Amino acid sequence: MNLLIGQIGHLSVIVAFAAALVAAYSYFQASRGRALGQEDASWLRLGRGAFFVHGAAIVSVVVCLFNIIHAHRYEYYYAWSHSSNHLPVQYMISCFWEGQEGSFLLWIFWQVVLGFCIMKFNRKWEAPVMAVFSGVQLFLVSMILGVVLGGVRLGSSPFILLREFLTDLPVWKMNPNFVPKDGTGLNALLQNYWMVIHPPTLFLGFALTLVPFAFAIAALWKKELTAWVKPALPWTLIGGGVLGVGVVMGAYWAYETLNFGGYWNWDPVENAVYIPWLVLVASLHGLVLWQKRRTGLRTAFALVVATFVLILYATFLTRSGVLGNASVHSFTDLGLSGQLFIYLAAFTVLAVALLVWRWKEIPISQKELTAYNPELWVFVGATVLCLGAFQVLFTTSIPVYNSFMGLIGIKTNVALPADQIAHYSKLQLWMGVGVALLSGVAQIMWWQRNTKETLVNSLTAPTLLALLGTALVVLLVRYNGLSISPAYVVLTLAGLFGVLANFGTIFTLLRRGVRLSGGAVAHLGIALMLLGILASAGYSNIISRNVSGLLYSREFTEDLNRDNVLLWRNETAPMHGYQLTYTGQYFEVPGVPGYVDKQFLYRTDDDYKALARAPITVDGKVYYKTGDTVNILPENTYYRINYKDQKSGEQFTLYPRAQVNEEMGGLLASPAIKKFWGHDIYTHISSVLDPRKEKPWSEPKMSVLSVGDTIFLNDYFAVFRAVEAAHETAGLNLQKGDLALQADMIVYGEKRQYHVHPVFVVRNRMVGSLPDEAEDLGVRITFNSVDPAKGKFTFGVSTTQKDYVILKAMEKPFINLLWSGTLLMALGFGLSVRQRGSKGVPADTSAEAPAEPSGRVIRPQPVG
Amino acid sequence: MKKSHLFVLAIIAVAAAIILSTTADASVYVGFGEARARAAEGNTTKVHVVGKLPRDAQKRPLGLEYDPMTDPNYFAFTLVDTTHLAQRVVYNNPKPQDFDASEQVVITGCMKGDVFMADNILLKCPSKYVKKDLKGATASVN
Repeated sequence: MNLLIGQIGHLSVIVAFAAALVAAYSYFQASRGRALGQEDASWLRLGRGAFFVHGAAIVSVVVCLFNIIHAHRYEYYYAWSHSSNHLPVQYMISCFWEGQEGSFLLWIFWQVVLGFCIMKFNRKWEAPVMAVFSGVQLFLVSMILGVVLGGVRLGSSPFILLREFLTDLPVWKMNPNFVPKDGTGLNALLQNYWMVIHPPTLFLGFALTLVPFAFAIAALWKKELTAWVKPALPWTLIGGGVLGVGVVMGAYWAYETLNFGGYWNWDPVENAVYIPWLVLVASLHGLVLWQKRRTGLRTAFALVVATFVLILYATFLTRSGVLGNASVHSFTDLGLSGQLFIYLAAFTVLAVALLVWRWKEIPISQKELTAYNPELWVFVGATVLCLGAFQVLFTTSIPVYNSFMGLIGIKTNVALPADQIAHYSKLQLWMGVGVALLSGVAQIMWWQRNTKETLVNSLTAPTLLALLGTALVVLLVRYNGLSISPAYVVLTLAGLFGVLANFGTIFTLLRRGVRLSGGAVAHLGIALMLLGILASAGYSNIISRNVSGLLYSREFTEDLNRDNVLLWRNETAPMHGYQLTYTGQYFEVPGVPGYVDKQFLYRTDDDYKALARAPITVDGKVYYKTGDTVNILPENTYYRINYKDQKSGEQFTLYPRAQVNEEMGGLLASPAIKKFWGHDIYTHISSVLDPRKEKPWSEPKMSVLSVGDTIFLNDYFAVFRAVEAAHETAGLNLQKGDLALQADMIVYGEKRQYHVHPVFVVRNRMVGSLPDEAEDLGVRITFNSVDPAKGKFTFGVSTTQKDYVILKAMEKPFINLLWSGTLLMALGFGLSVRQRGSKGVPADTSAEAPAEPSGRVIRPQPVG
Repeated sequence: MKKSHLFVLAIIAVAAAIILSTTADASVYVGFGEARARAAEGNTTKVHVVGKLPRDAQKRPLGLEYDPMTDPNYFAFTLVDTTHLAQRVVYNNPKPQDFDASEQVVITGCMKGDVFMADNILLKCPSKYVKKDLKGATASVN
């Protein structure tokens, strides 16, 4: 029992809260009533000092919480509920942010880091920007404060003791210092490397949206309405890249781990991050428009503010419990909804009020944009993104409307659309078309002088090629016996145009020797992603469908899609050009590559340890000898499925998984994916015999045998070859004076023979027997008695339900386009950041695009 | 009228279309009574129904029908909605693991003849989020 560490941690939280308060106030005072760059030095010093204290306190909180998890201090609720003794160290990091408090902490930590970066790189803006930063930190730290003020609990502390949380347990009356021996463990779904890096990436993305927001607020406050764009732009670029990559990482994790059959399920938790990302990217375009072409500043202001507000709204949605039944994986409701709502409302009202106050003073371009201005198309593109975001926002908020109406006393029963995929795709598809077309057109126009002639020249090639490519795609799709809807044709055309136009831009710029354009690379990536999504989601094909060939007559005579196929163990069944064989259950053994057959392992009382029944070898290397203790991960059972291509005869093996996961409601299936360059084969288990339950064995059938006899066991037969003294067999634990005999039987199955060694033991005049089974065959043999005089031995034979799996398999064509497009997009963002960060890049494009007519740049002129 | 006004009008039109399409696509939570009434009117839009499984004295659910040997894609069960109306439900997919333990079941789909065809099942299980039980805490004291 170590109460000190929790007290240090909790004290650090309080210090961090107080320091954030001091920092916010001091920075505010330093800048109040003064122009930018002429701050009050003593207030500034105080603010800076307070923020350093705040940062140090946050680091201390992180260290304390991690120590509690790492040292298995189960007297703390956080460690008990999120960790366990068996957890490998790398996943202890995931424990840290499994809970709400830890994920808030991660977010706070990133903002501390970013705050220090602002102090270092943006000195001129430090005071007003850091005032906003500290204010946001104040609200965030209050979420993990865990103090009661005037009867109101403020925040939920990660340092709460188990006995403070589970107050009703009778054990506290007998022993208030009771400490559980083990924790309840990290949700096994999250024991995945993506869950180690996805949350930090996402929360870094969240934190990065604060930077442009803080600059915008500072600009409105200090009436520096144009100068903020330049320092805010690189941060927004980083934010767009990091958040985008974070979203796709989450999608990839879902694809690998969950079993809904894809990477995106339109779950409110996913949408909550997707919406602000779209708006963030739109705001980025607004900022670039102002920075390069002196237009679109009001758009930039509005969208930067909207992005941050949407991040807060996302936090409110996922953490307040308002989603209730609508999401499968929202956070636990910690009773923070009120606090979260105040946070959301405070910053929304403040930001919107400031924006309205200064709106008329924000300079606008006097020039009416025409179709020959790329600015117009960038602007339309940003609008398309916002409309796409609006659809997702409006639908995802349905549970909020119900709650709100309930709050004012009206009972509503609106539910999310029954077919969410169809609902969202309907519009998001057209958003994709818009994005691909506009990004292509705008990128080409951005770098050249635009007249009718030049436009026709530069757009003809990509347009013709895209049309040609689309025709080819349509033919190929038809040739493969599939249909393609008009909307898909348009998206294909737009996607191909986006790829070709952006590729052309990159090529032209490189040839002109200008530089590699980050923007064009990112847009190329996005166009590829769209094509990848179209192919892999639009043409995701369930290959386990209707394979049985049986006709059922239940309630309906019409054809139904039967998406799942049943495979008996060791029997081969045909499926969509493959021969499938299910060949048994496997475990993961740390240190041994691949998976280990369950039949080689003898389970012990400790779930995490097993004894090797035979040498465990992989590629000739012996990892465990017979009788060795083997560490296993018992939550996961892997079902070995062998795929054999009927035409080419090529084979591969997939190990879809069933995971015992009480937290997620019991038994959970995760897919196994075989990657080919052109498609993925995605397979998951839909139903199995529950690995948690003991198998029900039939009443043993007794037979009395002599050595050499043959017996029939249902469909199989066995030869009783010999009786020998039992060696130190796995699990027997022989002691001196014990008499142990084992029978050597060979059971002949369909495919191979199985050695079965039931054991007969006499210990202290007590007779016992240790049955052995051929798991593949569902046969168990017990060695019941010995008649030494007659040389007769009695065996009992029981059988069980033969093992099977029911599985679903899908083909995902060209999904690699999506992942490679994501990498290109990230690369593009990276290039843009580097180019903007390097000195000597002119603030406007006159040097890069000499073809622009002179006098193009309109000086900002305040209106009103 | 300036071009920018046209543009704003276009945005408003699209936004309105989005709101309308969401309203049209949004489903509702209903009881089986209303689900039947809708089917009788020829309305085949999908609805959400929240219900519980009828159970015997040992808390075992009654009326589950799933035999993977005959058909792995046919699962039928009876659901009692919040107004205590029982209805036979058919789900053309394997039986969800841990269906028996669920406290509450949310289904989406519509009535077809005498049965409710569900195309989605959402289970709410007793120990889903907050960990509240500490096994062995009463037995072992150290």
